[in-house]
Order: sequence, then C-alpha cells, then structure tokens
Amino acid sequence: MHKLLDPKKYPRGAWVGIVLIAVALAVLPFALAGIGTAWVRITNLSILFVLLALGLNIVVGFAGLLDLGYIAFYAVGAYTYALLASPHFNLHLPFWVILPIGAAVACFFGVLLGAPTLKLRGDYLAIVTLGFGEIIRIFLNNLSQPVNLTNGPQGITLIDPFRIGSFSFAERETIMGLDFTGPVKYYYLLVLVVMVVIVINLRLQNSRIGRAWEAIREDEIAARAMGINTRNMKLLAFAMGASFGGISGGIFSATQGFISPESFVLVESVMVLSMVVLGGMGNIWGVILGAVLLSFMPEVLRYTVGPAQERLFGRMLIEPEVIRMLLFGFALVLMMLFRPAGILPSALRKRELETVEGAE
Amino acid sequence: MTEQDGRLTLLSAKGISKRFGGVHALSDVGFTIGHGEIYGLIGPNGAGKTSLFNVLTGIYEQNEGEFIFDGQPLTGLKPNDVAERGIARTFQNIRLFANLSALENVMIGRHVRTHANVVGAIFRDAKTRAEEKAIEKRAYELLAYVGVSKRANSLAKHLAYGDQRRLEIARALATEPKLLALDEPAAGMNATETASLRGLLEGIRRDGTTILLIEHDMKLVMSVCDRVLVLDYGKKIAEGSAADVQKDPKVIAAYLGGEVSLNLKGAA
Repeated sequence: MHKLLDPKKYPRGAWVGIVLIAVALAVLPFALAGIGTAWVRITNLSILFVLLALGLNIVVGFAGLLDLGYIAFYAVGAYTYALLASPHFNLHLPFWVILPIGAAVACFFGVLLGAPTLKLRGDYLAIVTLGFGEIIRIFLNNLSQPVNLTNGPQGITLIDPFRIGSFSFAERETIMGLDFTGPVKYYYLLVLVVMVVIVINLRLQNSRIGRAWEAIREDEIAARAMGINTRNMKLLAFAMGASFGGISGGIFSATQGFISPESFVLVESVMVLSMVVLGGMGNIWGVILGAVLLSFMPEVLRYTVGPAQERLFGRMLIEPEVIRMLLFGFALVLMMLFRPAGILPSALRKRELETVEGAE
Repeated sequence: MTEQDGRLTLLSAKGISKRFGGVHALSDVGFTIGHGEIYGLIGPNGAGKTSLFNVLTGIYEQNEGEFIFDGQPLTGLKPNDVAERGIARTFQNIRLFANLSALENVMIGRHVRTHANVVGAIFRDAKTRAEEKAIEKRAYELLAYVGVSKRANSLAKHLAYGDQRRLEIARALATEPKLLALDEPAAGMNATETASLRGLLEGIRRDGTTILLIEHDMKLVMSVCDRVLVLDYGKKIAEGSAADVQKDPKVIAAYLGGEVSLNLKGAA
C-alpha cells in the first residue's frame, strides 16, 4: 500500500488520474455551492466522518480492538475546543493551540480507556468501550453543577471559528473573483487535514508498528511470544485513534459554532463503526468510501424521499428519518450477506473470510 | 559423553513447580542446558512438557522455583520480555499469523530487535527506511535458511504443514534467540520431512543457537539431542544422554505403563 505514495511506482496514466481527482476536489465546493450552501456543509460533515472513520480504523481495523465508544473522543476534542474558544469561560485561544491540546486530551482519555481493558477482547471489550462512551456523554450532560464546566444539556454556544490573524474561516470573502463562503474555506482545510491523516494511516500500516498491530489482531499470544509488547502497542492504537477523534472533534466544534452532548450519542459511535465495517475494515480507501456513503445517504434521502412521496401520494406518508434507518438496516443485512468483508475489503480481511481448500 | 562438561551454562532451572488448582503440572523440575546444546524434553502425553515451555517463556508464572537464563533470573518476566532476553519458541499447535504472508510473519519476528517508533513510521526518515530494508532482507534470508523462500508471498495458512512448521522456526529465529525452544516441530511430518528437519536443527546449532526440543518422534530425539530430560506426571524421572535414558527402567515404565514394564522385567 505504501507504494501508492511512491511516485516512481506510478505509470504516466496514473498521474493524469491524480491530477483529475485534485481538480475535482478543488472545484467540488463551488459546484455544490451552486446547488446550495447546505451541500457544502453536508460535504464538510462527511469529511469529518471520514476523519473519524480513519481514526477508528486504527483501533478496529489495524489492531482488531472492537471499540463501540469511539465518539467519546470526538466529544472530548469538541468540548476541549469549545471550552477554550468561547465566551463560556471567556477564553479565546487560537485554533492551532487548541487542536493539539484537544488531540492530547483525547489521547489521554484513549489511554485511560485502553489501560483497564488490555486483557479484554471482542464482545467484552465492545461492552466496556460502549460504557465508556456513555460515561463521557453523561458527564458532559451533568457537569453543569456544582461548578458549571460544560453548561449541561444546553451545550456551548458562540464557539469561535478558526482564525489566522485577520483571516477568518467563518466570513464570506471574494478572492480573485471567486465567492469563498465560510463552509468553502473549511472544506479546503478539511481536505488538507484528511490528506495528512490518510498519509499517516498508510505509513503507519506499513511500518514496524503497523505489523505489530496486525500480529496482535491475528494471534495475541504468538505476538507476545515474538517479543511484541502487546500492552504498549494496544495503548498506542487507542491513543492514536483517540487523537484523530480529538482533532476531528475540534474542527467539528469550530464549524458548527454550537455543541451539546446530544451530538455524541451512542448511535454516532455505531454509525462510525458501520462506516468502517461497510467500507472495508483495515482498508483505508474502503473506510473513506464507507464514511462518504453513510454520511451522504441520509441527506440525499432527506431531499428526495419527502418530495417523492408528495408527488406519488400527494402527502408525506413516512418520515425520511424512518426510511433512513430502514434502508440503513437493510443495507447492512445485504452487506453482511454478500460482501461480508466490506465494499472495498482489505487484502487481510478478504483472506480471513475465504475458506482454505483442503484445510482440516 | 556428558555434553555439559566444557560448556557454559545457558539456562538453568531450579525447583520449578506449577499447579493448576489441585493439579500438579510440574513438581520440582530442575535441569541445566549448556551453550550450543540440543537438549531434548520428552515424556508421555500430559507429562508437563508444554507447561514447562509456557512457564519458561512467561505465558504462565511458576508457583515455585527459578529459571536463570544467561546469568539473569527470568522470574516475573512477561512473554515479550523473555523473547527480548533471547528465548524464542514455536507452538505445538502452530500459531502463525495465518492471514499474513510468510515474509510478513518473519518480518514481525524482527520487531523485538528493531526500533522504529510512531514518529519514524510517519515521517519515514532515512534511519527508518534503512531499518525497513534490513528487516525485509533479513526476513528473506531466514526464509531461505529454513527452505521456504519460494513461498515468501504466500499466506501462512496456505503453506504445506511441514512448511508452516519451518516458517514458525524462521519467525522464531528472526528474534535472534540464544535459546530456541521448539514444541514438537516434527509433529505431522513424514519421514523425509523429519530427516530434513534434523538437518535444519543441526545447522541452527552449528550457527550458534542452543535448542530446547520437545518431541515425540524418538528417532529424531535420539539422533539429534545431546542430552534428554524425561518428564512424567510433572516430575523429572530421568536425565542424561539419549542412549542412557532409553535404557532407564523408569522411562520404559512411564512410556509403556508400570505393570507392563514389571512384566517385561519378570519375563527377562
């Protein structure tokens, strides 16, 4: 996979493809803005989910640790940003200071979750991480008393946007005749961040660290017997995954301007995990595809199901939200039946699910 | 011919006991292995051979006793620490990383002797790239050494049974062990494969690695081992050269059953 980043490995044609993708990514927000700014926002949210899914992929896809509370790290990152850049505490630190802090705080919580669960695997780990996710949310919901830390269920409002000097990501600007709205600016920032995260993921996967994670996934006892410090490697996976979650959370805070515990419910964890599984656990491109599909689908349904029903029946029979969950469940069942390793499975997953001929 | 003489001690075990509830898997087992020896560990099924391996390599902790390896006690060490100290093992029921290629399996064995951390992995500095190259090179060499280099890119689980056993040895050798502990490497091999395994074991010894060998194939044990330790019901019942141990009445009794051996004696 790391060969993807080595220019010498590319045939000339591939460069054309890369340039086309780059141009498409550059033009996309303006094309979407033509339909409606809402779609740029939806795209941004979708990229945030790509970031989250890539972070979770380190924990679940690489190291094989089933984490059902991943959204907690997103929440930790989001609240760190919100508390340090809003009128709530009257703190207004710049984003490049807060994002690393958010990553570090999330990383700390990742280790905090990882340490007691080192001996757990599979279902047992899933249940503990699920509990952890809920604990964080409930804390956020209730830490308004006796000292008002999180402002409880009301959430935190008026969160600062990203700002570099006088350049604000939230303000509309016209640069070289092009109309840059806030979401468009954030879009470019997010694309940049996601590219960095992709490179980090690819490089980690094909390193001594990535191989150690794969070994733990495959056979923990054998991994230990080969001298891999499974405790440190698992904590590292949790820490790395959590840091990505924390950074995503910080960006989420800034783009939304408002956060509340409601954004970090269990369903969100399940959603991110579904993105990883649907796309293809362990395969970075699959995970990205899964995240884009699952984050866009509900929005597309929102804009099509309602009008389609009105046209057919003259009124809205079923809420789009209901149909969304129905289709989502149906899609997952179909996936598990026909492509159990995901849409774009990793080579490893594919191998795992194939039957060995002649094996006893 | 006592091979102990003139050899420096690599591993010594003193009074090793391991209990699982009321079951005495190992009781007061002691032995020493010299540098460059091939030391056999035999005994009937359930004698405690694999338990001894698991205690030695830190998978279990002994209730009593102590291992001194290369002058240092191993007590309380985790399996990965034991591997770092220089004891590598294979497993009775092969535990390869089944869905990784043969090459990747051996590359993972290099983990404990290499140093790239997260920062190195992400930034791919010159040092990390050089280390990666060295890991791959060494892995290919080891595959060739055990004779499975043609299957370098096959998945471990797709290898023939005998090749899987050899790959497990290559993976263990990748950790640069001073002591290679093999748990029934010849299990399931035919006579030809066993013969070539014998050549491999002798080669490994010649290249300076001491071997501790659990094996049921007596022909292999007798031909390759300098000394043999016999366990029965978790107790050491004999130790010595292969030829001596074979004649030991206690060993015969353990393998054939007490009464039968008495009858044999009576008949003789």
